[in-house]
Amino acid sequence: MADSEIDRGTKGLGGANKRYSAFSLAKNAMSYHQNWQQAWRHAEPKAEYDAVIIGGGGHGLATAYYLASVHNMTNIAVIEKGWLGGGNTGRNTTIIRSNYMWDESAAIYDHALKLWEGLAQDLNFNIMFSQRGVLTIAHSWGELREMSRRVHAIRLNGIDSDILTPEQIKEFVPCINIDQNIRYPIMGGFLQKRGGTARHDAVAWGYARAADDLGVDIIQNCEVTGLKRQGRKITGIETTKGLIKTKKVGVVVAGHSSVVAEMAGIRMPLASRPLQALVSEPIKPVLDTVIMSNAVHMYISQSDKGEMVLGAGVDKYNSYAQRGSYPVPEHMLAAAVELFPFLSRLRMLRHWGGIVDTCPDASPIISKTDVDGLYFNCGWGTGGFKATPGSGHVFADLIANDRPNKIAEPYALKRFETGYLIDEHGAAGVAH
Amino acid sequence: MLLISCPHCGPRDEAEFSCGGEAHIARPLAENSITDAQFADYLFYRHNPKGVFLERWRHAAGCRRWFNMVRDTVSHEIIEIYAMGQMPKTKAGKEAYATNWRRSSEAEKAAVQTKKKGAK
Repeated sequence: MADSEIDRGTKGLGGANKRYSAFSLAKNAMSYHQNWQQAWRHAEPKAEYDAVIIGGGGHGLATAYYLASVHNMTNIAVIEKGWLGGGNTGRNTTIIRSNYMWDESAAIYDHALKLWEGLAQDLNFNIMFSQRGVLTIAHSWGELREMSRRVHAIRLNGIDSDILTPEQIKEFVPCINIDQNIRYPIMGGFLQKRGGTARHDAVAWGYARAADDLGVDIIQNCEVTGLKRQGRKITGIETTKGLIKTKKVGVVVAGHSSVVAEMAGIRMPLASRPLQALVSEPIKPVLDTVIMSNAVHMYISQSDKGEMVLGAGVDKYNSYAQRGSYPVPEHMLAAAVELFPFLSRLRMLRHWGGIVDTCPDASPIISKTDVDGLYFNCGWGTGGFKATPGSGHVFADLIANDRPNKIAEPYALKRFETGYLIDEHGAAGVAH
Repeated sequence: MLLISCPHCGPRDEAEFSCGGEAHIARPLAENSITDAQFADYLFYRHNPKGVFLERWRHAAGCRRWFNMVRDTVSHEIIEIYAMGQMPKTKAGKEAYATNWRRSSEAEKAAVQTKKKGAK
């Protein structure tokens, strides 16, 4: 993937927002941290914008930031139904990696990973990005062979990936159980060292603050109730705070994509499902990497607060309820306890569900639609967080130029007509 | 957790069932009369409502038979369960069937036309 230098849009934060630094931290400590300025304005909607982004999660805010910083579109707004990052941005398990098999996937996820590396500096915000490695384990010979094939494909795309033996895994993760007589014995695994985690809220806040500094209006507690069309063209959006005129609308609403699409009279190949996660009570540091298991569909890491963060697969039926069913976490916890016996003594503190929009080929949709000026960025399903900067970067480019760039092009809705799917069901590293 | 009344076995735990997604998707048998874009409606595009939804379920760990369900995707309330090949009888179920975009889809029209021809 010999790509040219990415335009990171680093001209942010030259405006009214004061830069954060060790000096500003020390200075504010003198006044008991009472005088920090607000990170972004509470904007009220103007009558008209050049573009409006629906959805104030990580992807939507990243889109707005790159529209302003890379494409000089500053007369734009982000409309959010609730509060920033209150949807799936604040509900995921914060894992970041780019070890996807297909060329198209490698291109977009590694584009994102390159943006993650240095994002804290770009945004002048500590997103707590930690490249602690992501280790995917195999539990059968068949799975290990398939994994080897995938690893070689990933390496050919220039993405770091190493196969580890059970002994090497034990050395890397001392608290793991590599006994071969358990239900899901560890036969091997593969590691992406550049992978890791980031603080999910901070990603939303960092993008919001930097976008706000460039003049982007961030409008919270404002729900979109309708899309205005004139023939084939979009002319504005109806919201709970009134009509907002605009010629370009970018929809980045994850689980509610089908609902917003219906407002414009278009349909989507999506199913909205709950994805559950849970955290334990905080304990001393024991796990300094991310472990994923495809076969049992369990992933685990430890947050900086000390909580064990666990995630599972999607529920089996459609739902918009932001809560899941019990069989999914039960299955996942049973497997987790077997691989990490010490977990059995931990109490779980919080458990929640987010509504993810799953696509037939487990790859996202970044696309123009049949309506001029209406763009969709959706279908990320269970794996959207890791792509946040890359997704926003290419989507901003699509909105600004009204044509997809090389990375976004394969993700058009058109692929469901041509059959050129990007099937990442098994190859993504986690089952869907 | 759902308590699902299998029409053949009675009320059972959700863990015994698998969900087959949207119900009443008719395959367009006259494939050559419709375009690839229209065929995509049948193959990939799905009704994904926030509210009343008609879906297929299978009692996978029981009698292994399929049936249809009318369920609310927000409250998870099960409104109606009815047999394969039947239509919903409740008001909510009938309304959800009629308002689905699929009813005006060319792919479905192609399926219905073929059925009529077959009847002759």
